[in-house]
Amino acid sequence: MTMSVAVDDGVGYEAQSLASEAGPATRRVVVGYGFWIFLLSDIVMFSAFFAAYAVLAHATAGGPSGMQLFNQRSVAIETGCLLASSYTCGLMSMAIGSRRYGATYLAALVTFVLGAAFLALELKEFAGMIAIGAGPQRSAFLSSFFTLVGCHGLHVTAGLVWLVVMMAQVSIKGLTATVERRLLCFSLFWHALDIVWVWLFTVVYLMGVLS
Amino acid sequence: MNLLGKLDWSAIPFNQPIIMGASGGVVVVIVAILAWVTLKGYVPYLWREWITSVDHKRIGVMYIILALIMLLRGFSDAIMMRAQQAVAAGGSQGYLPPEHFDQIFSAHGTIMIFFMAMPFVIGMMNFVVPLQLGVRDMAFPTLNSVALGLTASGILLTNISLAVGEFSKAGWVAYPPLSELQYSPGVGVDYYLWSLQISGVGTLMTGINFVATILKTRAPGMSYMRMPVFCWTSLAANLLIVAAFPVLTATLTMLLLDRYLGFHFFTTDGGGNAMMYVNLFWIWGHPEVYILVLPAFGIFSEVVSTFSGKPLFGYRSMVLATMAICVLSFVVWLHHFFTMGAGANVNGFFGVMTMIIAVPTGVKVFNWLFTMYGGRIRFTVPILWSIGFMVTFVIGGMTGVLMAVPPADFQLHNSLFLIAHFHNVIIGGTVFGLMAGYNYWFPKAFGFMLDERWGRISFWCWLIGFYLAFMPLYALGLMGMTRRMQHYDVASWQPWLIAAALGVVVILAGIVSQIIQLVVSIRDREKLKVTADPWNGRTLEWATASPPPPWNFAVLPQVTGIDALWQKKRRGRTQAEPLKEREFEPIEVPKNSATGFIIAFFAVIAGFAMIWHIWWMAGVGAIGVFLTMLAFAFRDEEEIEIPAERIARFEQANPAEIAV
Repeated sequence: MTMSVAVDDGVGYEAQSLASEAGPATRRVVVGYGFWIFLLSDIVMFSAFFAAYAVLAHATAGGPSGMQLFNQRSVAIETGCLLASSYTCGLMSMAIGSRRYGATYLAALVTFVLGAAFLALELKEFAGMIAIGAGPQRSAFLSSFFTLVGCHGLHVTAGLVWLVVMMAQVSIKGLTATVERRLLCFSLFWHALDIVWVWLFTVVYLMGVLS
Repeated sequence: MNLLGKLDWSAIPFNQPIIMGASGGVVVVIVAILAWVTLKGYVPYLWREWITSVDHKRIGVMYIILALIMLLRGFSDAIMMRAQQAVAAGGSQGYLPPEHFDQIFSAHGTIMIFFMAMPFVIGMMNFVVPLQLGVRDMAFPTLNSVALGLTASGILLTNISLAVGEFSKAGWVAYPPLSELQYSPGVGVDYYLWSLQISGVGTLMTGINFVATILKTRAPGMSYMRMPVFCWTSLAANLLIVAAFPVLTATLTMLLLDRYLGFHFFTTDGGGNAMMYVNLFWIWGHPEVYILVLPAFGIFSEVVSTFSGKPLFGYRSMVLATMAICVLSFVVWLHHFFTMGAGANVNGFFGVMTMIIAVPTGVKVFNWLFTMYGGRIRFTVPILWSIGFMVTFVIGGMTGVLMAVPPADFQLHNSLFLIAHFHNVIIGGTVFGLMAGYNYWFPKAFGFMLDERWGRISFWCWLIGFYLAFMPLYALGLMGMTRRMQHYDVASWQPWLIAAALGVVVILAGIVSQIIQLVVSIRDREKLKVTADPWNGRTLEWATASPPPPWNFAVLPQVTGIDALWQKKRRGRTQAEPLKEREFEPIEVPKNSATGFIIAFFAVIAGFAMIWHIWWMAGVGAIGVFLTMLAFAFRDEEEIEIPAERIARFEQANPAEIAV
């Protein structure tokens, strides 16, 4: 943040070296920065699951393949729900910025409902696959599919719990500096889940149906 | 449904006198210490000042205490293995049955890497980095305390396996299919997996915390190229933690899913791929090597520069070499298993990359040598360790480059040559570095020096013992002896193994000397008392009192160049302002928190329950962790204010020699 200010001033090298000499950053910068580092590490974890999926995608052991299992329509609705929830999450951030409590709660509620709808559709997909004997124990391909998609689903679940806790904090503590920092981290988290989902959608569902 | 899962009385090996004796002894010692602490009335003090402390210095010291205890545990395993191999030749089976020997080598590796070297390195960084950066704390103090708690939880679970159940017999790397349920049906591998998962989360928290601390909270004026080299190497190590540990977590999760829910990631049936585990494991594992050794390189840089009385030679090239190693460490993992059969091109690529990563390491060695060249070297204990390191590490590095040649590796893979190589770099690099750092920063942490004489004795015992213990293993490896043998038939190996066992006895003498050194120094602490700057240091940690106050610096130092304190000394700003007239402002420090301790408590419960399939108890542990986090999130007071008068009082009682 300090860095960008320095560059905006257009003073060039001198100002940039000052930015790194400015002393400890503010709490908000440090917390946001630390959370970014966490998100990066989380994406590294996902990349390990992606790698496992890529290795095992054709190891169906005589069982069903992605092309036979994936329902494009359901996945499209899931994707719509998640992307829309990111939009409403953005609206929530704006409401917080202008201290509108009612709008904050409303945007959080819509975000929660969209996230929960995403989860419900995902669980329905899982249940359907398990019902026809295509559970994670069937083949290495399905093991890696359930783990990768399920890991994202667990993240969404954690996000929903986090959102409820944050709304409780807003109503009890109000929009204090601490609560606002946490909401900032939440919205970063929620958008990062979208990015992971876009990859998931491409690598698992689109490429799965193509091959 | 069984209320206690797989747990019953048969889990405790009553018929094994060695295990029962060892675990009984440990239990007696723990009970005795707890009783002593309680009877003396130290519990409130320990709770208030240590267990709930979020002060980075206290947390660092606690990490190092854990590491030293685990050094003793891991070393006992080493003595047992060396004793077994010294006698188990020809018809003799030695004194350890195979299933016990297998647990010992698995526990030795797991404990030494994860629970000795890692906490020691992290403890050292915790204590030193914020002081060197000239700031008052870490970016996230409570997270730091939670990370310590989770590390301790992993350590506790691993050690519970000594008495309850068994530990893994699949080696510290736990390769499938051996580590799969089919071939390891016991709880040993589960102990390994849950201990590492829980402590791994703690390590990741540490990594995030340090990256944020080093990049976002430095004293005014401390630009990147003015940071002490130890901060640079710590930054590199923690970037590696952030980028590598999630891979370990994911990999171990896959193995857990295989074992608990019948998934097929690495199984021999269902399309599983065991070599994928080996690849993923070393994608974490090779950066891990540098997570351990880079901070040690930083310690040597500080020590060599201080005791040569010269600025570090080639500071910029040192920084560049560190960051080059940081990046290259991600493209060498395959050299751990050239024998996988990936083909000549793949093996060739990783062989060449492995040789290339030796180049920046060589740059560092030359930098240290040129720093010493022409300096007035003071031969204190820390620099003895540093010189011992330079000789030893170069030998270990060169044997590593030998094995980077794939055809040579096909002969040496999994032989004792490999064992000799990695002990040569881990002991000669990481352990020697940590010992140097321990002797160097001890007076800063406690306000008195460590006894010099016993420190020297310890160093020489370690150095001679190391060569005696590990050089024979190179020969044995070339003679064809593979690792992890409970007994062997080749009589000509035995003399070498007896020599190695003697070497371990000499290292034992070194460890005993270190314990004596600590006891003697505590006894003579009044005589060994020091002020802020006992070594004529160069960096900011020597600008504040020994031990430093909770707020580290009454006024944040203004940094104008590399070796910030040395510059101030050179400019002769000694006692620049009369202290009485200095104005102090109240300082906010983070409030103590029991969060770390309570989360660790529930993590142990959850981990133990998962190992023994006690599902309800795992639920209790998980809910406990969640509620603790919730309680922390809803607390009102985050910081307490230290009044200006208290700071002024402290500053007058402990006048800094240099005003920074």
